[in-house]
Amino acid sequence: MSPELINLIIQATFESLYMVGIAAMLGTAFGLPLGVFLATSRKGELFAAPIVNRVLGIVVNATRSTPFIILVVAIIPFTRLIAGTSIGSSAAIVPLTIASTPFIARLVEAAIREVDGGLIETASSFGASPLQIVFKVLIPEALPGLLLALTLAVVSLLGYSAMVGAVGGGGLGDLGIRYGYQRFMPEMMLAVVVVLIALVQLVQSAGDYLARRVNRRLRHR
Amino acid sequence: MNAYQSLAIGQPIERLEAIPPAVDAMVRFEGISKTYPAYRGKPGVNALQNIDFAIPRGSITGVIGRSGAGKSSLVRLINGLEKPSTGRVIVDGSDISALTGRALRLAQRSIGMIFQHFNLLSSRTAADNIALPLEIAGWAKADIKARVTELLALVGIADKHDRYPSELSGGQKQRVGIARALATRPSVLLSDEATSALDPQTTRAILDLLANINRELGVTIVLITHEMSVVRQLAKEVVVLDAGHVVESGHVADIFTHPKHPITQSFLAEVIGDSLPVSLASRIVPGPSAGGHAVIRIEVRGAGAGDTLVARLARELGRDVSLLSARIDEIGGQHVGSLVLGIPLGVSGGADAVTRTLAFLSRHQFPAEHLGYVA
Repeated sequence: MSPELINLIIQATFESLYMVGIAAMLGTAFGLPLGVFLATSRKGELFAAPIVNRVLGIVVNATRSTPFIILVVAIIPFTRLIAGTSIGSSAAIVPLTIASTPFIARLVEAAIREVDGGLIETASSFGASPLQIVFKVLIPEALPGLLLALTLAVVSLLGYSAMVGAVGGGGLGDLGIRYGYQRFMPEMMLAVVVVLIALVQLVQSAGDYLARRVNRRLRHR
Repeated sequence: MNAYQSLAIGQPIERLEAIPPAVDAMVRFEGISKTYPAYRGKPGVNALQNIDFAIPRGSITGVIGRSGAGKSSLVRLINGLEKPSTGRVIVDGSDISALTGRALRLAQRSIGMIFQHFNLLSSRTAADNIALPLEIAGWAKADIKARVTELLALVGIADKHDRYPSELSGGQKQRVGIARALATRPSVLLSDEATSALDPQTTRAILDLLANINRELGVTIVLITHEMSVVRQLAKEVVVLDAGHVVESGHVADIFTHPKHPITQSFLAEVIGDSLPVSLASRIVPGPSAGGHAVIRIEVRGAGAGDTLVARLARELGRDVSLLSARIDEIGGQHVGSLVLGIPLGVSGGADAVTRTLAFLSRHQFPAEHLGYVA
């Protein structure tokens, strides 16, 4: 493979990492509090607001059921408003963030709900405020689950990022389609797939490792 | 408080325990009822009704009842985790049922609680679990460190400082739970079935620890339990709950030497037993036979009761009396139990031995029952 093509792959890899990295960060920034709220706002819970919970649940489900490629196109005006343009990797971060936020929120919700309710009662019994319960009990106790959720989100984002080539987002998926498919370069397609597999393996292994390290539940000497 | 002190003056320190509990109440329930409204097709529940009683300051008070009797609701009213539907709960002079938000959270720091399943954070070491209420109360780091070391020593696990809960035994976990509950120096310690998940030996050790804490720190302890053995071992006062009502309350010794309510009697039966050994029960027949024995069950209640009873009865009858079965336990310093005696009928098979025995027992105020005869 020529050095130009290798350069293309390297450049596309960085574009993918950039889009996925920033979108994962923003998705976590929005999705984590949203997920914590979803997990604690039903009737009788810490931040009980059953109606808000219901409405947010519907919004989250609606966003998650919209196919990503349609979401990308549908929110072009919004993307232009936020990023100033609707083309390129930076613009692609907008739909990626919007798609990953509800996904992360649901994963966070599930991880937080795994925390034993007795611990919330315990913390309340010694006078912890709801926010103290979130930061000192729920998040630390759910941390292994949260790290695995984030890992899953990053892996999914790598998949999504392949689709933003449709709006000129660049990245590995875009490269694979344009060179590998449209220009009949199977070796390029193969290279893109290999890089993606390696990235997913790397992310998953790192996530598993971190989750294991913080998990004290089944730790044995 | 003055009467309390004047009694104590000039007495050796170990006598302090014998002084009746001070009249002032640490916790007072006033006209409490608690109703859970119907929810999602489940009917509403009257968990507690017409609850009026006081828990003396510095006491160890047992709240005993079957599951569903309302024990958990009752204890959660004390630390404000639940609000009463009617009435007030006065803890250390202030109405905790009227507090909300920050004021409630401040009040909760003076009430510790331990749980059946320990409820330790798996992500924190023993020391950090104990530190949690102190962090929440906003203590300085150095103060927390010193206090945690002190508490670990108090509960006897100073060497487990850096262990995670998954590396501790059940008894050690509950010790961490106790240390955590005591961290903010509460005046009340609530124990919600704290020994129900532990084996008998560990249970005994934990109950001993609670007794020490009560004695040395003067913390009022409220024990929620369904186990009579816990009340017998530790409590001085007892409240018997059944179906949301207090059916009996008072000194453990009084309540269990003269249990009035069937529930109280059934709890008592758990420790002293009310059934005869199977081998004996199967031999009992309704009619006497020559050379056989009459079977008499005698209830034993009170301090030193029954010590010389068998010998005195034998002397009265002029015959040897057989002891067929006996079960006597000590509850709150009082003997409680029953004796089953075999009264020899002699060759005549005469019933006068039975009459004389029952007369003797009723003269000495021992409730007795003639169960039948054995050959």
